[in-house]
Amino acid sequence: MADTSFVRDQMLPPQAPPVSEAGVVKWLRENLFSGWFNTFLTLLGVLVIYWLLAASLPWWLNSVWTAESLSQCRDIVAATAGEGATGACWAMIRERWHQFIFGFYPPDAYWRPVTAFGLLFAAMAPVLFAGNRRSLTAILGAVGLFLLVTLGLTGAPVAAWVLGLGLVAGLAAVAQVQPAKLLWFTAVFPALCFWLLWGGSVWTPVVAMLGFVVMGGVYLALVGRSGPTTAALAGVFLALLWWLFVDVPVTRTVDGVLPLGLAPVASDQFGGFLLAITIGVTAITFSLPIGILLALGRQSDMLIVKTLCVGFIEFIRGVPLITLLFTASLLLQYFLPPNTNFDIILRVIILVTLFAAAYLAEVIRGGLAALPRGQYEAADALGLDYWRAQRLIILPQALKISIPAIVSTFIGLFKDTTLVAFVGLMDPLKGVTQIVRADINWKGIYWEPYIFVGAIFFVICFGMSRYSMYLERKLKTDHR
Amino acid sequence: MKKSVFFGVVAATTMVAGAAAAQSTLEAVKARGEVICGSNTGLTGFGAPDANGNWAGFDVDLCRAVAAAIFGDATKVKFVPTTGETRFTALQSGEVDLLVRNSTWTASRDSELALDFVAVNYYDGQGFMVKKDLGVSSAKELDGATVCIQTGTTTELNLADFFKQNNISYQPVTVADDSEAQRQYLAGACDAYTTDASGLAASRATMPDADNHIILPEIISKEPLGPVVRHGDSNWGDIVRWTYYALLIAEEKGITKANVGEFASSTTDEEAKRLLGVEGAGDLPAKFGLPNDAFKNAIAAVGNYGEIFAANIGEGTTINLARGLNALWTQGGLQYAPPFR
Repeated sequence: MADTSFVRDQMLPPQAPPVSEAGVVKWLRENLFSGWFNTFLTLLGVLVIYWLLAASLPWWLNSVWTAESLSQCRDIVAATAGEGATGACWAMIRERWHQFIFGFYPPDAYWRPVTAFGLLFAAMAPVLFAGNRRSLTAILGAVGLFLLVTLGLTGAPVAAWVLGLGLVAGLAAVAQVQPAKLLWFTAVFPALCFWLLWGGSVWTPVVAMLGFVVMGGVYLALVGRSGPTTAALAGVFLALLWWLFVDVPVTRTVDGVLPLGLAPVASDQFGGFLLAITIGVTAITFSLPIGILLALGRQSDMLIVKTLCVGFIEFIRGVPLITLLFTASLLLQYFLPPNTNFDIILRVIILVTLFAAAYLAEVIRGGLAALPRGQYEAADALGLDYWRAQRLIILPQALKISIPAIVSTFIGLFKDTTLVAFVGLMDPLKGVTQIVRADINWKGIYWEPYIFVGAIFFVICFGMSRYSMYLERKLKTDHR
Repeated sequence: MKKSVFFGVVAATTMVAGAAAAQSTLEAVKARGEVICGSNTGLTGFGAPDANGNWAGFDVDLCRAVAAAIFGDATKVKFVPTTGETRFTALQSGEVDLLVRNSTWTASRDSELALDFVAVNYYDGQGFMVKKDLGVSSAKELDGATVCIQTGTTTELNLADFFKQNNISYQPVTVADDSEAQRQYLAGACDAYTTDASGLAASRATMPDADNHIILPEIISKEPLGPVVRHGDSNWGDIVRWTYYALLIAEEKGITKANVGEFASSTTDEEAKRLLGVEGAGDLPAKFGLPNDAFKNAIAAVGNYGEIFAANIGEGTTINLARGLNALWTQGGLQYAPPFR
């Protein structure tokens, strides 16, 4: 019988890994101290963070929220944290936040931009989350909640509650039955938003929107007989006639019979984020379709169309935005007859839209160029005409490829709206900040307005960026 | 022959059309129901909106006085904020009726830009602020100093001239605006900060350690600031000019916002009677196309020049500017109004 005493009949218990190969130490060693160079960089990083915190942390911790003026802030900081200490003076934001958000918009009408802002999301939802009932319901619920809170805070009249919440409830109901139909609300939202923001007779936007009804009606009536191009041209022509000659008298007549409206608010009362978002959202909304058309035009075989598109894109991209803004604010005034009052915000929006459209056109052209030739040929082989091929085959793919760049352009555009300060508009970053600093109570305040405005900009731009990532994931069809 | 008749007709029609189109500024203002003033986007003490959006300040009050003179109501006024770049174009293109925003009267602006400076409501000049412990008591001792200066302003040119004339050197630290300048200066990025003396005073007043900073006695430039109107409508220029002079005369004669009504009924001063449009003292204000009590309304709305000064920028306010050159001529200053007759 063999001697088996040296053979173990039981397993040794597993030993803990050496200290340097486990837990925090391992993580630190692998990620922070994996070599002399990385160790050096880590130490440098720690030092920089320490300096930053040592310099700014007391400033944050000594923040003052209630004071009448900057000097009072300084006194409070000196009293609580000792002589020579620094502290942020957020009391300024507390006193002036409404100017950063609304500019000079009349305070008793704050509910109007707030409602418009809430409904903006309700209008965007059907586009952003096409047909996704759960997302739609969630967003509409959030909008309802938002309106509930903000309408209460701004002391809105009863009619506003009925209008806002009733609308949201109605949309939520439609979303349960036929989510696709919500796009109709998206279509009329620009008119509703215009009316809420600028006020005036309710018939102005209604009659103007009827122009589109004319356009659509003419198109539908003619498209069967004379083809889409002729029908579209005829529609646009008749709609233009409507806007030029019929619009104003009809609006006047209807308004005379049934006057219904909000107190008008002039453009120069807009400011702060209200202005930035108005310009940004309008320009984003309109620049995308124009950009797509320009990109297609640039790829076109038709010489005139192509030349016009290339000329437009290259001209606009070759000129700085600030030049276009000065054109909007100064040059146009010289060309128009004296005493014409062509709204400055409208002028700026048009120029910003054209600017963004030119950039978008190039972004989308990149997407079009990235598509394999086979896709175009396949569309042709299926017998699709040009517009169908674009709509069903080419653009869905090209736009999907371009999403990151398109959203980048949008984010850039939104941040560029602060440039309107140079034409005397009250943008949140420079315009309102300058007003606040001109007040003797807050003169000398430096970081606080920038931080406040920067934080809001960050939230909005970060939101856009996250959405674009969601969209990319959702539209991902390859299996990489 | 036929041709020349045709051209004659064309020319005549154009002239008629042109005359019809050339509505005077006063008529346009009256038709509109408000005066549109180009204001600064925000300058401490001179013009800025408060937390409720109401504009207030030394320049702003002059605009209100004009509105009061025309309409008898100082609230019939709209302020369009203009930047340094857009201000003159806004005026030329007719976007604003007049500009009341610390603009320096210079020959080139008067001639090339086709503008008229109708008065000087504030005599300013460029000065220097330094820290006390720098041990400097005159700008001429600033040899080798670093100087914070706003780019693209006339102050930049004045500074270069001054140092060149005195044969001393300096290192410019360019900044974008007043708040950045103040920050850089306080952080020690520059030894001296130069801008208009009124701006220096306002900056100094709001510094955490105002006592450690002094404004040097040298004023190295002339900066006459005043309201501006377009060339070509002299009557409108006259209205603005004489509204301003009315405020000066009022101070000279001791007519204030509070006592103007009583003064008009009790005074024996013939000039004051004419100015205030007292019954039987002629209709001089009406000659401007204004109501006869126009200037009385202007004074009643905003007070006389001294009151406007004291309320917005004078001693007693935080900015605490002395009258200096802006005292009345009777008190050694430059503010002088021609006789109202």
